[in-house]
Amino acid sequence: MNKVWLIIQREFLNRVQKKSFLVTTILVPLIIPAIMGVLVYVMIQEVKEAKPDTLQVLDESQLFKLESNKRLTIVPVSGSIVQVKAAYMESDDFGLLYIPPAESIGDITGITLYTKESQSPEKVGNVTSMLTDLVKDSKMEKYNVDKETLKDIRTTEVNLQEINLSEDGQEQSSNTQIKSGLGMALGILIYMFVLIYGIQIMQGVIDEKTSKIVEVIVSSVKPFQLMLGKIIGIASVGLLQFIIWIVLIFGVTTSVLGYFGLKMPQQQAMEQVIESTSDEEVKEVIAKQSNQGPEFLQNLSQIPFLKIALVFLFYFLGGYLLYGALFAAVGSAVESIQESQQFQFPITIPLLIGYLGLFMFIVRDPHGTVSYWLSIIPFTSPVAMVGRIAYDVPTSDLVLSMVLLVGGFIFTTWIAGRIYRVGILMTGTKVNYKVLAKWFMTKV
Amino acid sequence: MEALVAEHVTKQYSNHTALDDVSLTIPEKSVYGLLGPNGAGKTTLIRIINQIINADGGEVRIFGEKLKPGHVEIIGYLPEERGLYKKMKVGDQLMYLAQLKGLGKQDAFQRIKVWFERFEIKDWWNKKVEDLSKGMAQKVQFISTLLHEPKLIILDEPFSGFDPVNAQLITDEILGLKERGSTIIFSTHRMETVESLCDHIAMINKSKKVLEGSKKDVKASYKTNTYVVEHRGNFRLSGVGHQLVSQKELEGNHFVTLIKADQGSSPNALLHELLPQTEVFRFEQKLPTMAEIFINLVKAEGDEALRKHLQEA
Repeated sequence: MNKVWLIIQREFLNRVQKKSFLVTTILVPLIIPAIMGVLVYVMIQEVKEAKPDTLQVLDESQLFKLESNKRLTIVPVSGSIVQVKAAYMESDDFGLLYIPPAESIGDITGITLYTKESQSPEKVGNVTSMLTDLVKDSKMEKYNVDKETLKDIRTTEVNLQEINLSEDGQEQSSNTQIKSGLGMALGILIYMFVLIYGIQIMQGVIDEKTSKIVEVIVSSVKPFQLMLGKIIGIASVGLLQFIIWIVLIFGVTTSVLGYFGLKMPQQQAMEQVIESTSDEEVKEVIAKQSNQGPEFLQNLSQIPFLKIALVFLFYFLGGYLLYGALFAAVGSAVESIQESQQFQFPITIPLLIGYLGLFMFIVRDPHGTVSYWLSIIPFTSPVAMVGRIAYDVPTSDLVLSMVLLVGGFIFTTWIAGRIYRVGILMTGTKVNYKVLAKWFMTKV
Repeated sequence: MEALVAEHVTKQYSNHTALDDVSLTIPEKSVYGLLGPNGAGKTTLIRIINQIINADGGEVRIFGEKLKPGHVEIIGYLPEERGLYKKMKVGDQLMYLAQLKGLGKQDAFQRIKVWFERFEIKDWWNKKVEDLSKGMAQKVQFISTLLHEPKLIILDEPFSGFDPVNAQLITDEILGLKERGSTIIFSTHRMETVESLCDHIAMINKSKKVLEGSKKDVKASYKTNTYVVEHRGNFRLSGVGHQLVSQKELEGNHFVTLIKADQGSSPNALLHELLPQTEVFRFEQKLPTMAEIFINLVKAEGDEALRKHLQEA
């Protein structure tokens, strides 16, 4: 056991002391928010600075009362369509809208937008929605709906508040969007972690095999100990990197927001009100109101983060161990990364199924049959269950899935260990699945 | 006491037998040559001793104890397929390998320092192995095998890939280790190494042991009762059994003659016959070289492949 500890230490320190580890660990959490920040900034600037496009309109029906708005400046033109087109080509304007003659606004067809180059759907959409609104208005007028009613109808929006009834009678409001976002993010993280660090294990095994140190090592420790030490060592590297990322991202975000003095607007307003009053009753009322107010924050506070964090950690490690052992076995069978492709394929397939299932089934229907099985079967459960966990997963599902995952990684580690102990000492053999099966059966 | 005893060791792989009822007795403080062509089973036997693989049958005892996990700490093993972590520093690497063999941190550090001084490579600690020349890496490898001062040292083709300077360095070290009480098992198919270093030998061919004993005994048992005589003035052999194998004239009536004596005759009897006839400068019993013994042995067995192999070697 002491020797496994030595191997873990070596694998860990060897990787952590590398410059590349330091660089990726520190830069990734700085770069990703920076890139996102720049993108958001550019987007905001673009929206702010966007000038309305000029749209020439030739309205032969005389029915449309087009008005300029924030996005479009309307310039009526007249003449034959041929003339107008020629004039438009001379101009710098965004487009030319041609409305053919018509009896009434309701049965108009053949409206055409001429532009110099293909335009973005967004800009074309602006024109379409403007026309649609006008057609709708005229139809409403035809049916004697007055403008005020119209406005009221237009601005109607239903806010659906979702409440989960739990078995013990508690009511909890749920926010599906936050949950699906959280579930997806965590699922993707696990998928990436398993893949990146699984390949690192494989690379490490291949290095030991090709540098031929492996026989020296296995004359001191059992091959299984070497494999286990490597898997655990690399897992600790991943875990450390992950924790540093979380701390850094959280720290950077908080300090940046703090620097700009940013807070959630409702939170700010509420704090001011509470500060300015001394009446207990008023405070209580405000407190009640504030509970309804920042619904987002309220929903956040109702998501059981501690539970999610613990479950995430469990599947993070469980999934990694399950696949890590298989990657180690592949590494032991081949002599180069290129050669490993054929064996990597069947390993990554179930992982990929879990990943795709996350988008196709779990986000859409977290408690459906497919979602259930994806989160129970050990090969897909690390990604799938983490995607489901933000929605209240029944404890029985969770326990079953966890037990199966533990069983799963013991099983894969056992299989991998049997292949590994033979594979690492084999060089110059052409390996296929039959050979792997033979190694598995070999008595060492 | 014997450093290692193997009794009826067998190892079967799915398509061939690697070791077939092999028994060996390796005396303590000896340099023991394990000989045989590639594929004979030497490496399998060595891996069993190192507990990298398990025997199917038979028993191995080290210093009287049945093979157990703790034994890896008293064995120093230099495999034929050897290497080091390329990206690791020399010092860290040696520390790691020594600790895997059960040395404490402090102990390992002190011993590495001693070796570094002995090989005059004090400034290597922070060098990465990939930055070392091949010869330098070989030195590090050799140190790693011996750091934990093993009582039993197993060297599988130790000179393959070593340059002559390092080979000599290692030869000296091996003899020094023997002086200090270690037992050394040598696996090789290079006969000149066996001739100069080993005092005991065993030969494995086609997964079976075909010969074992001290070098002296083996040579004696294969001696052909042939003598080399350097003399002035020719002579005539009268004895019934004596045979003149060859004669070469050097200069001015000086000859070197090879005589195969009668089976029952002693060196003294032959000398007695020669002395009155010629002036003898040198009289020496010609012992077979290891290579000759093996080729002989192989001929007797009619093993074409092995003979070819030995001739190449």
